[in-house]
Amino acid sequence: MLSACGVESIEELFANLPEQVRIRQPLALAPGQSEYEIIDYFRARGAENGEGYVSFLGAGVYSHFRPVLVDTVVSRGEFLTSYTPYQAEISQGTLMAIFEFQTMICQLTGMEVANASMYDGSTAVPEAAMMAVRITRRERVLVSRALHPEYRQVLATMLRRQSIPVDEFAYHRAAGTIDLEDLERKLDGTTAAVIIQSPNFFGVVEDVKRAAELAHSRGALLIFVFAEAVSLGILTPPADADIVAGELQSFAISPSYGGPFAGVIATREKYMRQIPGRLVGETVDSSGRRAYCLTLATREQHIRREKATSNICTNQALIALMATVFMTVYGKQGLRELAVQNLSKAHYLAKDLPLAFGGPFFNEFVVRPKISSPAAVNRRLLERKIIGGLELDRFYPDLADCLLLCATEMNRKESMDVAREALLG
Amino acid sequence: MYPDNFRYTKEHEWVNVEADVATVGITFHAQSELGDIVYVDLPKPEATVERGKSLGSVESVKAVSDIYSPVSGEVLEVNPILADAPEKLNEDPHGAAWLVKIRLSNPAELSELLTAGQYQEYIGAEA
Amino acid sequence: MIQKASTHVNQNEPLLFERSSAGKNGYQLPPLDVPAVDPEQVLGAANLRDSIEDLPEVSEVEAIRHFTRLSTWNYAIDLGLYPLGSCTMKYNPRVNERVAGIDGLAWAHPYQPEALAQGGMRVMAALEDALTEITGMDAVTLQPAAGAHGELTGILLVRALLESRGNPRKRILVPDSAHGTNPATAAMAGYTVQDIKSDNRGMVDLETLESLVTDEVAALMITNPNTLGVFESNIIRIAEILHAKGTMLYMDGANMNALVGIARPGDFGVDVMHLNLHKTFSTPHGGGGPGSGPVAVKKHLEPFLPVPRLRREADTLAWNYDLPSSIGKVRAFYGNFGVLVRALAYILAHGGDGLPNATGDAVLNANYIRKRLEPYFELPHKEPTMHEVVFSDERQAKLGVRTGDLAKRLIDYGFHPYTVSFPMIVHGALMIEPTETESKLELDLFIDAMISIAAEAESDPQLVRTAPHNTRIGRVDEVLAARKPVLRWQRK
Repeated sequence: MLSACGVESIEELFANLPEQVRIRQPLALAPGQSEYEIIDYFRARGAENGEGYVSFLGAGVYSHFRPVLVDTVVSRGEFLTSYTPYQAEISQGTLMAIFEFQTMICQLTGMEVANASMYDGSTAVPEAAMMAVRITRRERVLVSRALHPEYRQVLATMLRRQSIPVDEFAYHRAAGTIDLEDLERKLDGTTAAVIIQSPNFFGVVEDVKRAAELAHSRGALLIFVFAEAVSLGILTPPADADIVAGELQSFAISPSYGGPFAGVIATREKYMRQIPGRLVGETVDSSGRRAYCLTLATREQHIRREKATSNICTNQALIALMATVFMTVYGKQGLRELAVQNLSKAHYLAKDLPLAFGGPFFNEFVVRPKISSPAAVNRRLLERKIIGGLELDRFYPDLADCLLLCATEMNRKESMDVAREALLG
Repeated sequence: MYPDNFRYTKEHEWVNVEADVATVGITFHAQSELGDIVYVDLPKPEATVERGKSLGSVESVKAVSDIYSPVSGEVLEVNPILADAPEKLNEDPHGAAWLVKIRLSNPAELSELLTAGQYQEYIGAEA
Repeated sequence: MIQKASTHVNQNEPLLFERSSAGKNGYQLPPLDVPAVDPEQVLGAANLRDSIEDLPEVSEVEAIRHFTRLSTWNYAIDLGLYPLGSCTMKYNPRVNERVAGIDGLAWAHPYQPEALAQGGMRVMAALEDALTEITGMDAVTLQPAAGAHGELTGILLVRALLESRGNPRKRILVPDSAHGTNPATAAMAGYTVQDIKSDNRGMVDLETLESLVTDEVAALMITNPNTLGVFESNIIRIAEILHAKGTMLYMDGANMNALVGIARPGDFGVDVMHLNLHKTFSTPHGGGGPGSGPVAVKKHLEPFLPVPRLRREADTLAWNYDLPSSIGKVRAFYGNFGVLVRALAYILAHGGDGLPNATGDAVLNANYIRKRLEPYFELPHKEPTMHEVVFSDERQAKLGVRTGDLAKRLIDYGFHPYTVSFPMIVHGALMIEPTETESKLELDLFIDAMISIAAEAESDPQLVRTAPHNTRIGRVDEVLAARKPVLRWQRK
């Protein structure tokens, strides 16, 4: 090959690089390792990482059972090692799976259009907010303080540079739901969107219909955010919302210390051309056979450049595929049964505990321990190899004496009994 | 091909004026350069448009082109057929697939537009 | 002659919704070990949905057949060369998948106590250190979820730095050969975009640059090697021109596969850059994600990096949220950790000695393709090729065959097409990036296919124009898809 290229060494191929830019000593990195050594290295890291602990953490990242079929499907090289499906003729597998994903997200949320997925829930929220600003041509957004605090932080980072002010409205001290009076006070003719999450960060189910009525009464859109997708197996779909922005981690995506996950945006058909990210559409091929392709690409960066709806170029195809397989395996009946199991486990864990809020909750809830501090409760549980709840002082100074706990189908009665004892004591 | 009673712009729009109302469209040449048109984005009635400013856009599968208003005024009417049948713009750009009707606020602007002859010379030169 | 591929029977498969029948299922849940609650009682009737209408109901066997059949309709690296220019489609070692699935890593919760997350944090620290060394920069954030996300983060850092100096400035310069994400990113960060024309060698023109750089220009976004696969040989001078006006040099690291172990952006004046772990560091593209887009910066931009950052204490690592100048968070938690694990595994496998070899092989492969195809395809820019080579369809276009047609015909020969019609500064571009993965055997098959297609363009242009012929579907009607969008299945 070298002689075909007319050179004697690979080094000659770099001759055009100015000498000042070349590095002449080897990179200060250890020599290459074998497969066995690499597995060994990461096993050691895994062992330092809470392996073997039971956990009651939720707060936007949930431990749900991952059906074996999910791993089987996503391990196939044809899904794992393919690129974005630009060449439709040799990408029908990925394209059809995304079309099924888009359809199932619509069925789940009551929306009419869903994109092919986004990075995650936290980045889907600012994209949804910017979409609402484009649609309403208004300049500010109102966000619930019961929206995931990290989502609010991402929203602030992204919208500050777009000069879109973000104001927060309160949650109701007793119920833990949004404070509708505060929302009503802050809504005005400049509000592009009201952003709420349900179940909210405290696990409490919101009155979406009422929030939508309020937003719509002032000409604003309602953006509905979900972080615990399993709740949609049983809760009323947010059909009154205008835009839905969600996180699908609960659908067979392992917590993986925070990522990769998959977000999604869904909306009404009339806002289809304002949705960011990839979309797959159904069409026909040259012989009239059904086929799928990426479509409505004129919204995107590679065509519209600085006028694009977003700079996003990809979706999270493989992660969205995990969610698609998950929804397929559970199906209509299973998703409901899974949701009921979560509901039952969380209500078992919560029974007789001093709950901070009175609103209805799905699989997580806020406890205000009576005797010990949240940190002390967690310390006691750690001794029993149990990771307790999230200490809320991290995000809410006003809830510094509270813990956010979650129970899913993965939590067994025995460990819940241990946790209950610590929380009651 | 290019009606003599129309006026044209170098951005490939045409204007047909009756009394103080201008019907605006894109030219045969424009649609053929764009290829298959898949979507047309137009202003709402009552919107104010300004000569030389974008009044909407037309999209093919892989391109978006702004439509620049050839005249200033108020949008009276938007062609209802284009929302469901953007392909009409390829089929009949000078007729059924007009884009908007605008009430002129400054009829003097018309004198700056090209005649059919000048426009054909222009696209001939451009090609 | 088509050597690599032959047609064979493959399975048809309907949509899940069409295969669904009531009552089937493929799930198993353990029996509930606590009392079942009545949803209506605890949630209220108004909060409950009926059923999820039309969500599919299939058995486990039907589910696995469905997705397996779909998978066989895809091309993939595991099937052969994937020469997409600028995408760096290299082999994805399976050990990376194995280690990302290790329980302690895959099932770690982002809020578990730091004392029980040291393993995850060590992985991140090790990757930060490796990327700092490879890029020659001073600090790295692993938070951005993808290349475009990294770009946005990088430009927000520039904005924050300039704001702290009193003026965020107004414009960002972008060469006309740039990726479309660059201008979209600049706009999202609140800047206007100014194009710079490339010179006749396809590089940034110094005189033009000098005339455009003022104290209202925040940054130049440059890809190096650029999208023609050519190293910007004036890069040091470019940095000087920018720095004289307080303007930042941003580097899009999409083409870093040409530089790892050979040259370091930190040594040639780059202030901030992003990397694509899914390109250079072999994490799987997965049909379009997940990716990861770490951002590396020089000291002066470090105070603005997203929260939290790893703090290295004596024996332990901690998350530091106390960063008053930070731009904030660009996504929840710490980044696409699972992707970071895979990238670190790749770096460990190659090591300091292996990484430059991979770069050398990638550049050799691209040069070999260039030399062998040059007699058949027009090479508009003759500067030395690095990791990718860009031809144009000038000769074939005269026969009525365009780059898109040649690409589709390549599918019949058993290959994924190259990148079509990009960069835009080359009319009818064929952008080919083989990566270091490919053996001479696979490269020769590809080259023979390209030569054969060039001959077909002369002997039977219609055959090429109507390709592909051997796929399960023919060319798709993208016009219909866009005119009458059907974006979900609905019951008729």
